Amino acid sequence: MTALLEVEDLRVAYGKIEAVKGISFKVDAGEVVTLIGTNGAGKTTTLRTLSGLLKPVGGQIKFGGKSLKKVPAHQIVSMGLAHSPEGRHIFPRMTIEDNLRLGAFLRSDRAGIEKDIQRAYDLFPILGERRKQAAGTLSGGEQQMLAMGRALMSQPKLLMLDEPSMGLSPIMMQKIMQTIAELKSQGTTILLVEQNAQAALSLADHGHVMEVGSIVLSGSGRELLHDESVRKAYLGED
Amino acid sequence: MTTQTTAPKTSGGVAGDGSTGLIGIPAHLGRALATGGGLLTVVSTFLAWTWTAEFPGDLTVYGYPGGLQVLVLIAGALTTLLGLASYGVRGLGWLVPAGADAALKFAALSAFATTWYTVIAISAQLGGLVNLEPGAYVAAAATLVAFLGALALPFERPEPDPFDPDDTGWEQFKHTSGNNWQTVKAAFASGTPRTLRPLPSYVEILIIVAVLAVALLVFTYGIGTEYDELFVGFLITAGLGFAALNKAGLIAQATQITSRHTNITVCGAFIAAACFPFTQTDDQYATLGVYILIFATVALGLNIVVGLAGLLDLGYVAFLGVGAYAASMVSGSPSSPFDLHLPFWAAVLVGAAASLVFGVLIGAPTLRLRGDYLAIVTLGFGEIFRITANNLDGTSGPDVTNGSNGISSIPDLNVLGFDLGVQHDIGGFTIGRFANYFFLMLIITAVVVLVFRRSGDSRIGRAWVAIREDETAALAMGINGFRVKLIAFAVGATLAGLAGTVQAHVTYTVTPEQYLFAGTTPPNSAFLLAAVVLGGMGTIAGPLIGASLLFLIPNKLQFLGDYQLFAFGLALVLLMRFRPEGLIANRRNKLEFHEEAEAPTTLSKTGA
Ligand SMILES: Nc1ncnc2c1ncn2[C@@H]1O[C@H](COP(=O)(O)OP(=O)(O)OP(=O)(O)O)[C@@H](O)[C@H]1O
Ligand SMILES: [Mg+2]
Repeated sequence: MTALLEVEDLRVAYGKIEAVKGISFKVDAGEVVTLIGTNGAGKTTTLRTLSGLLKPVGGQIKFGGKSLKKVPAHQIVSMGLAHSPEGRHIFPRMTIEDNLRLGAFLRSDRAGIEKDIQRAYDLFPILGERRKQAAGTLSGGEQQMLAMGRALMSQPKLLMLDEPSMGLSPIMMQKIMQTIAELKSQGTTILLVEQNAQAALSLADHGHVMEVGSIVLSGSGRELLHDESVRKAYLGED
Repeated sequence: MTTQTTAPKTSGGVAGDGSTGLIGIPAHLGRALATGGGLLTVVSTFLAWTWTAEFPGDLTVYGYPGGLQVLVLIAGALTTLLGLASYGVRGLGWLVPAGADAALKFAALSAFATTWYTVIAISAQLGGLVNLEPGAYVAAAATLVAFLGALALPFERPEPDPFDPDDTGWEQFKHTSGNNWQTVKAAFASGTPRTLRPLPSYVEILIIVAVLAVALLVFTYGIGTEYDELFVGFLITAGLGFAALNKAGLIAQATQITSRHTNITVCGAFIAAACFPFTQTDDQYATLGVYILIFATVALGLNIVVGLAGLLDLGYVAFLGVGAYAASMVSGSPSSPFDLHLPFWAAVLVGAAASLVFGVLIGAPTLRLRGDYLAIVTLGFGEIFRITANNLDGTSGPDVTNGSNGISSIPDLNVLGFDLGVQHDIGGFTIGRFANYFFLMLIITAVVVLVFRRSGDSRIGRAWVAIREDETAALAMGINGFRVKLIAFAVGATLAGLAGTVQAHVTYTVTPEQYLFAGTTPPNSAFLLAAVVLGGMGTIAGPLIGASLLFLIPNKLQFLGDYQLFAFGLALVLLMRFRPEGLIANRRNKLEFHEEAEAPTTLSKTGA
């Protein structure tokens, strides 16, 4: 069986500066794979390239067996790759419900959309309580829930989350991580970028450690969690 | 559904601690003065204000208010009614759902300003106070007393910001004026109106009809004002009177009712507009009507591009020009290069199609740009259109547009055997040429309103809003940013072209100079944009009202002369400072411009 997402020797550059210097990894269906690494390692750049917002200068991206190289961003979404971007990017002046509906922009099955909106409210009850409120009035953590719920509305085969725990309190973060685990148990495939290595690795089937544009270490989540150098660099132990 | 109703503040009640008026008259005396002053104002308008009919409007007659006196009469009556309502007089409570005091202040200010403006205008124009008759003194005194009385009404004073002793003198001055300004603002503030319980449908519809009738009346009065002074007086009375009704909470309640019956309101508004020519006895004001309608319709089209999709187009008038040129060339005009006389429906299609093509041609390369760049490029294309039209005259280029002379002698339209160029008698009313075109233009306006409403509520409308709010996120939702922007651009262009086809026939001549970026006569790109911004982006009523004001004010105030553009600029700056969301705010824009009501949308990154 081929992997759902296959990235091979991917290179991305901003002008002359290469931010991603030939990375390769794959994500199998039903898996949670995490990318961890320091600030500026190129994680966000990788995700943005996968969802078509940036054009790679080299390498291969295959999603469901098809190359994504020439596919524009809006079609990548329709192929089943959803991206919850770094910094959330919710639509602050729209209601929560309108935000969710926009997540389903490419779908036309009304009944299905209503059902999935309900599912998002079940997943994040706070969103259901505030459905008519402008999304900008939500707290940071609630906005992150909305961003995740919105990304799920496109019924993705692969959900890419860029730092869902950014700026959240420990409690909120735990909730988000719980939700990711819940999504995983429901069979959603997830590519997770996180600063919180401990949480991400305990959840993930596979992990990759990025440093200045390259993957320097790969392994199962458990292996990396117990790896000496990872513990030193990312978990703050000496 | 909120059940909480903010109690109207101090409407007739006893002033609480710390809530005193702006000036030191006891509150109960102030209220009496305001109400009595209002009544006396009404009486004074039945007296003569001046001895000679040289001042326009004939203010010399006893027992019969004329010209500006009518305006004062209305403002005085409003003051009296609000004054009585503030006493809690039974049967007047419906007038003041948000409390009477702030409204009373505005009404009294309205009467005061209009009266004093009139008195000063009479003295200035006729050379001295000797030209005033006792009636004028009575009116001036009555409105002054009423206004001072209203200012004495108590209000909740805001907590002043404490001083910082280290401040310099200038900072202290700024600080004090800031505090004073807050106090004045609070003095004119009112509570939120109580929510209106749903009335029986027919009552609500009758209310809508009444509101529309009043609107038509006000508009007709404004358009029919015959001299500068009356129009200025009209603006003062109408503006401050509107503020009074707004503070009273009536506008909010009317909005609640109309938003429960949007379809009826829109249809009613069109019927009211269609009544306009019947209120006019000669074609002169119908002329204004049709020009306003053209301007307003194009502004509404621009609102799709700017207000819904958020694309700043500074060359929009070019699309009006393309439509007008295209229609004029197939109109059978002798100066058209084509010897072609298409029926109107075909000319409309040609004009709209030409604008559509032009819109796509300009949009396709430019819409990949963001923000400021798009504005600059569209500005450039607008000018290129005008200059090209100027140069295609047979000497600088091929002869297509007849250069600066334009396409002239465009024949009048004949739609289904109905000649729009001549008078018709319909049911005892004489409908002149401009009134004919007014009706035709009204149909075009209806089309634009329909397109605006349908697209705003549709999938594409949601995509526009998403792109406007956050392009990155919109792309991540699978929205094809470029395509939806191009659609907005093309739809906007087509609608402007549609209006252009009628405009060509109304004006007889199409010349490049009608399609400037900025000029003193609308429509031009700058005025169109101003109409949208001033009226309220993303709304239907906004650009229509904005365009009406922007057309009427320069048209009526001829004395502004060379200072027109200066006054226009000043007005825009003030408006952007004090009401950035425009006269009519749409719910979303309110959030956009008053950020204090909103939580931060993105957190700054806390590095690991
Ligand atoms: N738009 C841009 N233009 C130029 N350089 C950029 C741009 N965006 C990112 N970079 C650079 O590319 C490198 C990788 O950035 P990226 O955002 O992918 O890092 P990251 O791993 O997501 O970091 P973080 O954990 O801080 O989010 C950084 O050195 C960054 O400065
Ligand atoms: Mg990042």
